[in-house]
Amino acid sequence: MKLSTSARLGLLTIALFGIGTWACQTSRSTGVASTADAASAVYVAPGEYDEFYAFMSGGFSGNLTVMGLPSGRLLKTVPVFSQYAENGWGYNEETKEMLQTSYGFAAWDDSHHPELSMTDGVPDGRWIFINANNTPRIARIDLTEFETKEILEIPNSAGNHGSPFITPNSEYVVATTRFSVPVPNRDMSIEEYAGNFKGMLSFIRANDPGNMDVAFQIIMPGYNYDLAHAGKGPSDGWMFFTSYNVEEAHTLLEVNASKRDKDFIAAVDWKRAEECVAEGAARTMPARYVHNYKGEDRIARSVMKESVTVLDPTACARLVYFLPTPKSPHGVDVDPTGRFIVAGGKLATVIPVHSFEKMIAAIAAEQFEGVVDGIPVLQYDAIIAGEVQDPGLGPLHTEFDGRGFAYTTAFISSEIVKWSLETFEVVDRIPVYYSVGHLMIPGGDSREPWGKYLVALNKMTKDRYLPTGPELAHSAQLIDISGDKMRLLLDFPTMGEPHYAQAIPAELILDKQLRLYRLSENRNPFATMGEGAAKVTRQGRRVDVHMTAIRSHFAPDNIEGIEVGDSVFFHVTNLEQDWDVPHGFAVLGMETAELLIMPGDTRTLLWRPTRPGIYPFYCTDFCSALHQEMQGYVRVSPLNSGVPVAWGTGGRLTTGQPAN
Amino acid sequence: MTMSTRSRALTAAAALLLVPAFFLPIWTIDLVAPQYPEGIGLEIMVNTIRGQGEWDLQNINGLNHYIGMKEIHPESIRELAIMPWLLGGILVLGLIAAATGRKRLLQAWLVVFVLLAAAGLVDFWMWGYDYGHNLNPDAAIKVPGMAYQPPLIGSKQLLNFKATSWPGPGGLLAFASLGLGVLGLWLDRSRGPLRQNAGAAADAQAEDPRHAAA
Ligand SMILES: [Cu+2]
Repeated sequence: MKLSTSARLGLLTIALFGIGTWACQTSRSTGVASTADAASAVYVAPGEYDEFYAFMSGGFSGNLTVMGLPSGRLLKTVPVFSQYAENGWGYNEETKEMLQTSYGFAAWDDSHHPELSMTDGVPDGRWIFINANNTPRIARIDLTEFETKEILEIPNSAGNHGSPFITPNSEYVVATTRFSVPVPNRDMSIEEYAGNFKGMLSFIRANDPGNMDVAFQIIMPGYNYDLAHAGKGPSDGWMFFTSYNVEEAHTLLEVNASKRDKDFIAAVDWKRAEECVAEGAARTMPARYVHNYKGEDRIARSVMKESVTVLDPTACARLVYFLPTPKSPHGVDVDPTGRFIVAGGKLATVIPVHSFEKMIAAIAAEQFEGVVDGIPVLQYDAIIAGEVQDPGLGPLHTEFDGRGFAYTTAFISSEIVKWSLETFEVVDRIPVYYSVGHLMIPGGDSREPWGKYLVALNKMTKDRYLPTGPELAHSAQLIDISGDKMRLLLDFPTMGEPHYAQAIPAELILDKQLRLYRLSENRNPFATMGEGAAKVTRQGRRVDVHMTAIRSHFAPDNIEGIEVGDSVFFHVTNLEQDWDVPHGFAVLGMETAELLIMPGDTRTLLWRPTRPGIYPFYCTDFCSALHQEMQGYVRVSPLNSGVPVAWGTGGRLTTGQPAN
Repeated sequence: MTMSTRSRALTAAAALLLVPAFFLPIWTIDLVAPQYPEGIGLEIMVNTIRGQGEWDLQNINGLNHYIGMKEIHPESIRELAIMPWLLGGILVLGLIAAATGRKRLLQAWLVVFVLLAAAGLVDFWMWGYDYGHNLNPDAAIKVPGMAYQPPLIGSKQLLNFKATSWPGPGGLLAFASLGLGVLGLWLDRSRGPLRQNAGAAADAQAEDPRHAAA
């Protein structure tokens, strides 16, 4: 959730009120475990592994970061929507296409929600998905390699905040449009917003790696759609989406979109949608959006799609129902049994809990309070299972421990509130520092949570670490939820705004980790399978350097005949077949990035030398005792100087084809 | 001089124990270093040398180039071309000894077996000596007085690697085979031509295939 400055100030005023109220209740515990207890609870001895992999969204870094729990140690940054010079992601020829969009090369984004793939409603550790908010996209990251394999752009969408929430067998991930826009987008007056701007809910086929695509979209009234969660168990087949701004305001939303007492949760029967699509009730709309994926050769391709299937709720009866929900609901969460739909009304004073069973009964009895754009609005009293009283101010998100308890973050009063799914009564609360957004329990949105830890993801943190100028570290807090009382165990800094996170027991993916790429299966057309095949070729102004790297030298390591104005492609193949022996590659004056090449892989970097001279190149990843010696030279001559292309390693330069 | 039934059975079993030795490592060399916590190592088969892991041989060759050791190319090691034939010869000779029941053949078999085993170990040692001492003078890492000969049997620290050399399952089977042969001979130790009694002679007649055929 991103708030404008003015909205923030408004909320802070409320926050002061909230903290005042809270401070009066002096007997309330801070929930901090004793230092020694907490330290031993998060201590992971040298050489031992963490219990959980945690996947934290990179926020505005556009990446995914992987951390260990309970230690809070950073393990890896997986570049997704941002260029990443450390390993050439988005710069090298094999990954550049991953950042293509219908708007052009979009090499940054704002990533909010990682979402693990599921089988039977439980995270299975195959993939993790993550959204790009600004230029709507969804990426698939393969958890055997921790590498982004696929990125799909979402058409007819603007502000892809509410994604990628997944169905119990990974049939679909969904994407909502935070900003309604004209569909198809066109030049028109903003004042004509009401009725003309539309919201779009997208269902993206997720269980076919390499072939992610929009299966269908549902065109909705022009509200702001925020978050979503899939039903499970009895509610499997349904997807729930929050919306705000049912006022359809288009300016000064902090006032104009906060007028009504209730906004809506949209309940979508996606199995019904499949029926309607199969029966031909949907229409095909022209739409330009891009699908990027890496094939067997590990080279990204970008394909432009030309149309999309759109379903109008008026053309498909019993598809969507609105559940009135107080007030500006942000999160919508379904409990592990699939019976309850919990809404986080960010301006509400209670947590409304809808009953799926009552919802179905109300639909059957047609207990509607009205119809909006052809979509029935159910009666609030007919569907509500209960309201959690005194839940803290600004309830946002809820996750579950699998033992009958729910945990809700309260943004304004900065606390986490634990409540019972039987009595809807608060049973425990713990303050967090400072403003909390999402929370995460490993598997906490699934059918079977691993309810041992809770991570509170703080949106604004002050005074937790050594200050670092005007910008401070973003923070997460680890809370023990295994007992009756929540206990704070650890603060740990994170990368970017760690908006949301997911976690999975390490053992589920530990043994699946790929250690290296088999050189014999390298399908890169520029792969050099041995030093004997290393060579340099010229075609017009294009020069291809077919290079190999092995501890501790490149072949060739001397290259001549490059001229200013040439496009030089360095295709570097790492010949190693040993775990964790990558080689790097960089050349003097390189404007873009370096390469990092994993064992058995080939990566290509384009270099355009701008002035004559001798250019050293070297290995950037410390690879052996003689890593510093892993270097070479390129001679760059003036344009049309006629120096023949020549290369060599450990001997005289050759100008011909290699001997073998 | 004929063997008892028991001794012939033991000799046959001893020879047949060599069959799996064709498919199992005769000798193993394990290398352990902090950088290779899971270990890396070589297996000497009757006809080749291979890494314990899929890429171990390639990686050992890669590491060894720093200290100037030769690369191990199994296809260029002559002994590996001869060894299967020698092992096969021993196996066949053992079977013949068991089939004919001739004690002289069993004795010859044991002598040949011991000689070849000794020759094999000496050859292995010499190969290790050459491998560890005959270093490329242009090697990047030169430690004065340091040689890298792996131990014939047991453990030795070679720079950052602790090298442990030990018979593999195939080698252990070969030793067991030899042991069974010796046992067979030992059980028949009183079975000489001078002290042959009537019962033994009858036994021998019955067992001797020539008699059986007659
Ligand atoms: Cu290197």
